[in-house]
Order: sequence, then C-alpha cells, then structure tokens
Amino acid sequence: MLIYTVRRLLQIIPVMIGVTLAVFLMMHLIPGDPARIMAGEGADPAQVEQMRENLGLNDPLYEQYFRYVGNAIQGDLGTSIRTNRDVVSEIFDQRFGITVQLALIGTALSVLFGLVAGIISATRKYSFIDVSVMVAALFGLSMPNFWLGILLIYFFAVNLGVLPVAGWGTWQHMILPAITLGTGGAAIIARMTRSSMLEVINQDYIRTAYAKGVSDKLVIYKHALRNALIPVVTVVGLQFGGLLGGAIVTETVFAINGLGRLIIDSIRAHDFPMVQGTILVCAVLFVMVNFLVDITYRLINKRVDLN
Amino acid sequence: MSSPQLQPNGAFVEVEKTRPARWSAFYKKLAKNKAAIAGAIIVFVFIILAIFAPLIAPHDPNLPNIKNKLLTPSSEHWLGTDDLGRDILSRILYGARISLIVGILSTILGAIVGIILGVVSGYYGRWVDSLIMRICDVLLAFPGILLALAIVSVLGSSTTNVIIAVAFFAVPTFARIVRGSTLTVKKLEYIDAIKAMGATDFRIIFKHILPNILSPIIVQATLYIASAIITASALSFLGMGTPPPAPEWGTMLSEGRSYVSYAPHLTLFPGIAILLVVVGFNLFGDGLRDALDPKSNK
Repeated sequence: MLIYTVRRLLQIIPVMIGVTLAVFLMMHLIPGDPARIMAGEGADPAQVEQMRENLGLNDPLYEQYFRYVGNAIQGDLGTSIRTNRDVVSEIFDQRFGITVQLALIGTALSVLFGLVAGIISATRKYSFIDVSVMVAALFGLSMPNFWLGILLIYFFAVNLGVLPVAGWGTWQHMILPAITLGTGGAAIIARMTRSSMLEVINQDYIRTAYAKGVSDKLVIYKHALRNALIPVVTVVGLQFGGLLGGAIVTETVFAINGLGRLIIDSIRAHDFPMVQGTILVCAVLFVMVNFLVDITYRLINKRVDLN
Repeated sequence: MSSPQLQPNGAFVEVEKTRPARWSAFYKKLAKNKAAIAGAIIVFVFIILAIFAPLIAPHDPNLPNIKNKLLTPSSEHWLGTDDLGRDILSRILYGARISLIVGILSTILGAIVGIILGVVSGYYGRWVDSLIMRICDVLLAFPGILLALAIVSVLGSSTTNVIIAVAFFAVPTFARIVRGSTLTVKKLEYIDAIKAMGATDFRIIFKHILPNILSPIIVQATLYIASAIITASALSFLGMGTPPPAPEWGTMLSEGRSYVSYAPHLTLFPGIAILLVVVGFNLFGDGLRDALDPKSNK
C-alpha cells in the first residue's frame, strides 16, 4: 500500500508540471500584447514598456516559467488587475471555501440519492420502480444543470416563495444550488450502482448465500452491496472533480460569489493573473481529489481481496 | 448480394456474399432495443428539423419586433416570443443547426486526434506511450468546462473556437479508450503473423487494428456528442460561446433568465430542446453499447 501510494504521488509530479506549463502558456497564447492589455487602453508606450518590465515579459520564456512556478510554490500567484488584491487572497479569503462547500454538499446529495435509487432499482429489476428510476436517471443525466437551476428558481423561489432566489449564507440558500449541482451526479451514481449491483447479485457466492438460507436483506446489504460499491467509489470521487466544473455554471445561475463566478468575471475583465490563478487552483484540487480516490479505491479493493 | 468467384475449372460462378455474423447479431440486438430506436428517431427528427429549418421556421429567427415582445404561445407564435419579439420556435429550429454542428464536429475532431494518439500510444508503447498518456493526464487534470473556458478565453468567443474548445476534452477520452483496445488487439496472434509476413506498421494499424476497435469508438462518439452539446450550451449560457444574435440554445436560456418570473416560456422551450436531443443521443449510445458489448447489464 505504501509503495502504491508513493508511486501514485510520483506520477502526479509530471502531471503537475504539465498543468503549470499549460496554465503558464495559456496566457502567452492570447492574441495581442499582454502588457498592453494589462496596462489598459489609455496607457502610453512608456507605461506599456514599464508594465512589460514589471511582469518580466522581456525575459526568455523558460525563465518566466520557472519564475512563475517558483512564485506559485511560495503562494504568490500575482496581483489581480481588476481588484489590485493578490490573487491568492482573492481566491482563498472566501471564494474557495464557498465553492468547496457547494461541491461537497452537491456530492453528498448525489451520493445519497444515487445510491438509494440504484439499490432500489437493482433489487426490483424490470419492475415499474426500476424503469421509473432509470428513466429519471436518464433525464437527470441529460438535463443541462443551468436549466434545472432556472426551473428550480421559478418553482420554489418565485412561485412558492419558500427558498431564496440567489445568494449564499444560510442553509436555505444551499438547497437549490446543491440540488442543481448534485442531480447529474446522482443520475450517474444511480446507473452505476444498479449496474454494479446486478453484476454482483449474479455471482456464485451470492447464490450460495441464498441457498444457505440467508435472508434477502442480509444478502443484499452485507454481501452484495459491499462489493458493488467498489467501482461506485471511483465514480463518486470523480464526481467531486466534475462538480468543481459544474459549480462554475451553478454559481452564475444563483449569483454565488464562489471560485466559479470569479473565473467568469475575470475572463470577461481580461484579468489574466486571476484567470491563471483560479484555473491552476482548480486543476491542482482536481488532481489531488483523483489521487485520494485512487488511494481509497486501492484501500477498499485490498480489503476485499484480503477477505 | 453476390459476387463472381473464379472456379478451378476457369469458370466464374456467382457466390452469395454473407455479412459477417457479428454485425448481423449487432443489428438484430439493436433493432430489438426499443429505447435505442426511440433515441435514434429523436436524433433523426432533430437533424431533419435542423437541415430544413429555413423551410419549416415560420418567422425570421433574428428579426426583432419590439411590439410583439414576451408574447406567450399563440397560433401566430407557437412557442411565444422573446424579449426582442423574435419567434422562439424559429430560433429553436435554427439553434438546432448550431448545437448539432458543434456537437458532431467537436466530437469528430476530438475523436480523430484521440484515435491517432491512442493507436500510436498503444501500438508503439514504451516512451511514446508514457509521453502521450502524460499529456492526456494533463488535459484530464482540468475539469471539463474549465478547460473549454480556458481555451475560449484565449481564442475568443465564436462557433469555431467552441468546437475546438469542446474537442480538446474529447482527445484524452478517446485516446485512452483507443489505447486500451489497441493493446488488446495488438496481442492477438494474427497480428504477429502479419508482422512476420513483412507488413508495415501503417498497414497493420489501418487495415487490421483500427477496424477491430471501431465498436467502442462509435459508442463513445455517440455518447460524447450528447455531453458536447451540453458543454457548448453551457459556454453560450456563460457568454463565452457562439455570440448573439445567433439563436444558440444556451444563449436563449441566458437571455430568458431575467424574465423567468413572468415569461418562463423563454427558458422552458430552449431547455426542453436541449434535453430532448441529449436524451436521444444518450439512448442511442446506450443501445449501441448494449448491442456491441454482450457483457453489459440491462
């Protein structure tokens, strides 16, 4: 297990190098002169040249890259053109926490509803409930989450008036965004759980358990479910990463001041240091979540093997 | 269907050509899957509507008519009008062109690049495989829409750039699937035999490996079109996709959002359009996967 963990950690290094390189090069591929764009429309040539000097844009590209990585490791991702605050403070003061909170609640909802729906569907194969759950899962998977968010706002906030239209802060604010974010994930987990349960239920050892007189409930929840959950763990872990992307759209729909909305506002304002910083933070978080999922999967799989 | 075959006595005899057994089994299985057929019909209908939009659409999709703004569905405007008085049904029909073109082209572009990378990676192995898979890992390190947003922020908002941005994320997905399938096929004995007979790598890859790994590619492509359409709509919803006044469904949702409390039809109908076409591709893709993979559970 330790060797596997170290090997996985070592595999992350080239990925992180690639991610930082991609993010660094992204800003250098933007059409036009980044110094002019950052200095502003009304800047004279001397000011643009000063900006170019301040940003180190006259240095060779590889020097600029190493400086960027060195600063990033020390927690310096530059200064926002829009707010004049340093990027790290802007990201981690509140926004990062809000987005992670939203992604976690969305993941929790998707796991809860997805697992329950998948298990019910698998244990009542081809019944009306099974078909209904799978049809609902298909629609959940196919529905654009920004449209779902607008519909939820219309029904629960505008028509019924039981939940707030937008914003973040109280538990009431969290419900609609979490449902919006978690629905797609719940659909995927429901389908995955059903598929996995059906595969496990058809195994010989399950048939043996039934032949020995073990009750239906015990067979399903003690024997089948434990093994059926192994591939589902991978999906759940990947869902969290996917929800980071989904949060961008959800935060826009519900006017939540999270990381996603920061990215959109920064792109529109051509605030390149902020765009670079937020994309880098999201990518690093995604890589670390995938790493944890791999380790968890190995841990669960190893235990089952030992059993 | 028959073809002439030369006999030992020198005469030509018409011999019935039979379709390989596995494709017959595939067609039979697919035809029996009602959900897959329903999905195919939905997709076909949308393609026909998109192609014939100029003939079917009752009004000009981009012509504003402020006197008729925010009208509810009526006999004159079947799905109502938007905030500029434009007919929603006409905009949805023309919008189908944009969504289908973006979905299909981005998938084809991503699949072509992904297939090339995957086959080269799986066939040659060693440092080539490691390098390509690390590049794929880097691309997959970015959550889907984030990568598309980053690319659009660099290239600018346009339909072409949205296609490129959405295709980017397809590349590592297809590369991994194709690499896995290539590794499996590469190990078969007849590949060794063909190599021993002196066949070039190019011939082996294009004539013997690719045809045998088409099944997972087709399934993945069909399913990817669905997610590509949603991603493209999301980009437009965020103001980073096909710029207005183009009747892109995501843009229509974004524009209609401000009026949801008293004109919900502005967001209802474009959303239903996206939902239906994505359901169609997902159903058809699921059906293809079930028909091609005998082990998949139903």
